[in-house]
Amino acid sequence: MQTEEQVIPEISQDVVSPVCQEDEYEMVYHKPTTMVDVTMHYCPGCAHSLVHKLIMEVVEDMNIQEKTIGIAPVGCSVFAYDYMDIDMQEAAHGRAAAVATAVKRLMPDKYVFTYQGDGDLAAIGIGETLHTINRGENILIVFMNNAVYGMTSGQMAPTTLAGMKTTTSPNGRNTSTEGSPIKVAELMAQLPGAFYVTRQAVNNANAVRRTKKALMNAFKYQHLNRGTCLVEIIGNCPSNWKMTPLEASKFIDEEMVKTFPLGDIKLPNAADLKNLQEDKS
Amino acid sequence: MEVNHNALAVKERKVKGKVEIDIQKCKGCELCTAACKEQALSLSDSINIKGYRYIISNNDACTGCVNCALVCPDAVITVYRTHPKKKPVDITPDDIREQIQLMVKPAKQI
Amino acid sequence: MTETKLMKGNEALAEAAIQAGCDAYFGYPITPQSEVLEYLIKEMPKHDRVVMQAESEIASINMVYGAAGAGFRTMTSSSSPGISLMQEGISYLAGAELPCLIVNVNRAGPGLGTIQPGQGDYFQSVKGGGHGDYKLIVLAPASVQEMADFVFLGFDLADKYRNPVLILSDGAIGQMMEKVEFRPYTRPLVDKSSWATTGKPNTRGRNYITSLFIQPEQMEQHNLKLEAKFKMIREQEVRYEEINTSDAEYLFVAYGLSARICQKAMDIAREKGIKAGLLRPISLYPYPYQRLEELASQVKFMLSVELNSGQMVEDVRLAVKGKVPVSFYGRLGGMLPNPEEIVQQLEILINNHHAN
Repeated sequence: MQTEEQVIPEISQDVVSPVCQEDEYEMVYHKPTTMVDVTMHYCPGCAHSLVHKLIMEVVEDMNIQEKTIGIAPVGCSVFAYDYMDIDMQEAAHGRAAAVATAVKRLMPDKYVFTYQGDGDLAAIGIGETLHTINRGENILIVFMNNAVYGMTSGQMAPTTLAGMKTTTSPNGRNTSTEGSPIKVAELMAQLPGAFYVTRQAVNNANAVRRTKKALMNAFKYQHLNRGTCLVEIIGNCPSNWKMTPLEASKFIDEEMVKTFPLGDIKLPNAADLKNLQEDKS
Repeated sequence: MEVNHNALAVKERKVKGKVEIDIQKCKGCELCTAACKEQALSLSDSINIKGYRYIISNNDACTGCVNCALVCPDAVITVYRTHPKKKPVDITPDDIREQIQLMVKPAKQI
Repeated sequence: MTETKLMKGNEALAEAAIQAGCDAYFGYPITPQSEVLEYLIKEMPKHDRVVMQAESEIASINMVYGAAGAGFRTMTSSSSPGISLMQEGISYLAGAELPCLIVNVNRAGPGLGTIQPGQGDYFQSVKGGGHGDYKLIVLAPASVQEMADFVFLGFDLADKYRNPVLILSDGAIGQMMEKVEFRPYTRPLVDKSSWATTGKPNTRGRNYITSLFIQPEQMEQHNLKLEAKFKMIREQEVRYEEINTSDAEYLFVAYGLSARICQKAMDIAREKGIKAGLLRPISLYPYPYQRLEELASQVKFMLSVELNSGQMVEDVRLAVKGKVPVSFYGRLGGMLPNPEEIVQQLEILINNHHAN
């Protein structure tokens, strides 16, 4: 047997790749200033950090850092308050929608959003989620759907695909004993209190652009006081799917969207958006 | 390494881009390499302090399309772009140009 | 201007909440305290306050968490089974150091139990209930007047210590009608800007409310900080009432409804020539250990009377440190003792005591 030569990689001490110093170039994209300047703990390629970035970009673009309050869940994104430079509250598992309800009712002029994973929002928290949307609380619910429980190392979630293997469905999810994946967006869109419901992804550049637009719209709609905005985002979990980030992106395109089709599920009508235009002026 | 550039050769392009990558924060997830249409991004052979192989960019091929920065989960990419050269437009109406010149001249003498 | 009204205990509590400046109430119907929710649903909007019937007690306590975290004066109320549901939320509130008021109109249990009064939630209120090392300031009203007074006191204590406060009432006091006075009240100004989540201005860093400290060193420091707070509470916030204790040979120890029955029993005993006294703890946490220890040098024995199978009696035994015998008399399931049977119990104990 031949022994391979071990190549020890060189450790780079540089901080940034060659810096752009030429005048003719202008900066067209930078990390939002509304993010805390730390490395996020998420796994390489994780959709959580990407969506945190998008939400903070919207907060920066709309200049609402002083008026935004976020509610963090229990799950991988429990530390969201270490990364988003806004006032935040850490809610008990599943209860972010109730916490956000109180915050918004007491401070209706602020922008209030929850950020929740599939276990948080659709398992233990399904009651709070449904009733909050049914009451039409004027908040934004950002729902990160990656079909597993990430933080606790990959158990089955309400949104786990049929046949998908997880640590608590080792032979693949059996829908006759474990139920089918719940389509939260479609379910909640039926409630009159839901104003804008959409399902997006972030696994390629155009999807990211569309998701940012959806989030921006959802934030803008909040002050119309016409109900809850729910933005479901299909995200990856490379670690618990046992894939590389690139493979996970492909899995979303090939498998996830079959169960969770992307697109707008409930849109405001023209009359409501007319108010948005007037609100701007 | 042969790289197929989809865009026009660098000198011919009107819009050029450059990216800066925060090497120590990059986790080498490679989502940006797939997003780049010019195949300008690749994994380095060296590693950063955390032990990740970070991304390096061939800025000659970059068009500043921002796709890489959009998909980067850790926001480690900053993107720069040029404008095609613009002809400066004279916006001073003719009738007040002379008046302004008259105002400016005495100030210079002082 | 002092107002005097004839009110039901639950309604007096609700009216006091409005006068104390409660910004938000979140509740769920459960007997015997639904009147609190109903009264506030009707009255709070007249004062531009937030009031909601939540979808469950779990939602209620988490709404209290959100409101308290944003720096508002907030409360909820329920009865025993609902308070059990709230325990996780209460632990979070204590861990995150959020001021708020929680009211338990105790009914007999365990389980679904009955709607009749009970005192079986003493342990749950005073010793924990939720997970982890924390304590609640617990106030036990024994009259409709105290149902009102303890709301003002409870809110002020909660703000002073940044800790939840629990009012432990019961089904009888919640439902009985008595005269109650509402005195003028000035709400103390409390600066919450260093921690409340009202939206981050340029002038400060972000505020975040959490009870998560994942590094053990940090978690221990946080716990020690809470323990220091509870020590201060034990030193400064003990409250109790004593009746006829100066020459007492036998001491009743009881709180809330059972204290009222004991007071009548004590009067009957005194008429018979028995020198009975009553110590009525008002704060169940912090408990009046010191005063009981002092009285232990004076009395021959103590009798704890409760509507449970023996909960507060353990604290009485801890207090006297074995100096005097401590007996227990209790009724369960919502059955209330009458003063005569308590006097009878006292006489039996006196005979046994002299026989030994």
